[in-house]
Amino acid sequence: MTTSDQTQSAETPSLPQPGPGSWLRFSLFWLVACGLAYPVVTTLTAGALFPAQANGSLITRGGQVVGSALIGQTFTGDRYFIGRPSAAGAGYDPVNASGSNLAPSNPALRERVAATSAEIAAREGVPASRIPADLVTASGGGLDPHISPAGAAVQVARIARVRGLPEERVRELIAANTQAGVLGLGQPGVNVLRLNLALDAGQ
Amino acid sequence: MDIFLTYALAFALAVPLGTLIARVFSAPASRLTSRLLRLTGVDASRPMNWRQYGAALLGTNALIGVVAFLLYALQGGLPLNPDGIPNLRWDTALHTAASFITNTNQQHYSGQSGLSYLSQMLGITALQFITPAVGMAALFAVLRGLKGESNVGNYFLDVTRAIGLLIPASFVLALLLTSQGVPSTFGGATTATLLESQMVESEAVSTQIIPVGPVAAMVAIKQLGTNGGGWYGPNSSVPLENPTPLSNLFQMVGIIVFPVALVFAAGLFLRRRRFGVALIGVMSVMSAALTLGAVLSERQPNAALAGLAAVGGNLEGKEVRFGPDATALWGAITTQTSNGSVNGMLDSFNPLGGLVPQLGMFLNDVYGGIGVGLINMLVFVILTVFIAGLMVGRTPELFGRKIETREIKLASLIILLQPLLVLGFTAAALAFSTVTANSNPGFHGLSQVLYEYNSAYANNGSGFEGLGDNTPWWNVTCAVVLILARFLPILGPLAIAGYLAQKKAAPETSGTLRVDTPVFAGMLLSVMLLLQLLNFAPALVLGPVAEQLSLNTPPAVSSTGAIK
Repeated sequence: MTTSDQTQSAETPSLPQPGPGSWLRFSLFWLVACGLAYPVVTTLTAGALFPAQANGSLITRGGQVVGSALIGQTFTGDRYFIGRPSAAGAGYDPVNASGSNLAPSNPALRERVAATSAEIAAREGVPASRIPADLVTASGGGLDPHISPAGAAVQVARIARVRGLPEERVRELIAANTQAGVLGLGQPGVNVLRLNLALDAGQ
Repeated sequence: MDIFLTYALAFALAVPLGTLIARVFSAPASRLTSRLLRLTGVDASRPMNWRQYGAALLGTNALIGVVAFLLYALQGGLPLNPDGIPNLRWDTALHTAASFITNTNQQHYSGQSGLSYLSQMLGITALQFITPAVGMAALFAVLRGLKGESNVGNYFLDVTRAIGLLIPASFVLALLLTSQGVPSTFGGATTATLLESQMVESEAVSTQIIPVGPVAAMVAIKQLGTNGGGWYGPNSSVPLENPTPLSNLFQMVGIIVFPVALVFAAGLFLRRRRFGVALIGVMSVMSAALTLGAVLSERQPNAALAGLAAVGGNLEGKEVRFGPDATALWGAITTQTSNGSVNGMLDSFNPLGGLVPQLGMFLNDVYGGIGVGLINMLVFVILTVFIAGLMVGRTPELFGRKIETREIKLASLIILLQPLLVLGFTAAALAFSTVTANSNPGFHGLSQVLYEYNSAYANNGSGFEGLGDNTPWWNVTCAVVLILARFLPILGPLAIAGYLAQKKAAPETSGTLRVDTPVFAGMLLSVMLLLQLLNFAPALVLGPVAEQLSLNTPPAVSSTGAIK
């Protein structure tokens, strides 16, 4: 026992302590140091080191910003790969980012999935049992830029037909735009915007 | 892989970090710190007894809370508000101030559009540093009491030390996150031209607004300070807030590294390393069990997809780049540590997967929030010593000091506060079903209400986000729960430690009940599980368990009904 020599006293005599004036000065000091100094220094340093990432990983085509590599877009036309359902505003609206927040037990979720599933089955000409789960589920923020490789594979036949490309070529483009986490982290995803840009560029 | 790397990396970092923390809190104040504190009128070398320490803690927190409330309530007319964001309504401002002063970061205002830059920086980011620092300070005050020091330290010095640790760590994490794509700029949003214009309410929309900002700096301290409040509404599920599986790993490690390191630090600080290791062991057993439960549940298909898609893990509310495993892991650790950030929507977890975060928050000390998690754990250590002492017929003592009526009364009251507030308010909200504003019917509706109060009590801040919670009812009742659940479980143990420090220490003998053995660790584990989980078992049976059982037959396609 290290402290057995501690004397038993009713209460240690208390030294006078600073009052509310010091509490306020102390609080204001740290509010400013943590709330202004830290974010300014950190943001400027990070922006200087990684300018492209710091500004939102924007993609330009012909001098025009056509999106962010990190944010999905709504695609409906047959010429494009189609992303996941989105609960963000009218779809892929970053200002209204949101998940569906529907529980598995909620009948509204089953209705939505049934509609999407029927749509995909008709468009791609595949049975429901071949539609990967990511294509009928909404992502957490409604902005997911990816679909699973299986979700892309199911759309290959249509894209090849509409664009008059060999299926092999479409598969190559999918592979080129598939991102996998390092060290086996996470799951591989096909970046839908990049893939569609590559399709456009190839024609 | 995500699971292994997260735990491995967190523990690898936590050992040296814990050593550093223990050293910082044992060393005298540096000259720079003393001079800095003197500017604010504080003498860093002047120690406080537990009453003075508690008064300074409450006083500064009350002042900061008032400043934050005024910032939110008056932001419309204050500077740094380029987008002309209006004042928060009084009840939303009250809830937000209560939520951020208690290290909770439960957000009832609307996502990224509710606060001005000034509110965001001074009212949110600054509090995300100060509140974990307060938790860490309180922990070391309690530890000093347990060591027998009746002067439990200097509050202002302790908070300063803690912030001094958090700032450089956040700076490094912010740079790592920006390298992966988290925005770091003071520039405004970019408008992109879509590849394909989109019909919104029969009007063609051809642009997409990409909101950026000083996001990385905030996300770093959001994770390291067990805060959880995100820049974007749906938190780290938004790709700009968490772009890659690697950024996801960095953030998950960030969530648990300080809570784990503090347990090692406490062992070193008390000069009882084995005691620290025993606590880590108990926490890690619970952590592993919860994580395993969540992962196994989310690998199961979502029942709503039965027959409508290929069989696979539950992806509703989850991002493709993370998948079910990394999202379930995050859901488990964010609620064990009182962090509350999410990388997927917990509301759409399978019922038993959604049960795991609830359990994590009921326990609230599997690693736990910074400082306060370990304080909660120490309350259970005291109770376990007491119960074990009764079982073997010895006077219960901790580190040689007798645990008597006064200490046990306080410890029991702290533990009873949780079911009283959580279940009490849940029952009240359900009794007046017009106030609940559920997004989901049936059993899940009950889970949503229980989750909100559970999250408020645990100072966690995550939510079953479908709940329409920005109403005076939710704001005011949650604010009450938040404040009581933050400060009583800090002040109570501080008082216990203060009382214990005044007692004469008896030398440890062969008859002393040892608290650093596997037997004691097992005892502690059972006491915690019995006391904390049995309180909530009936509510959990009515919520997630009933929901899971009802899913064995897929629901018919029909219109939604509100909770009855």
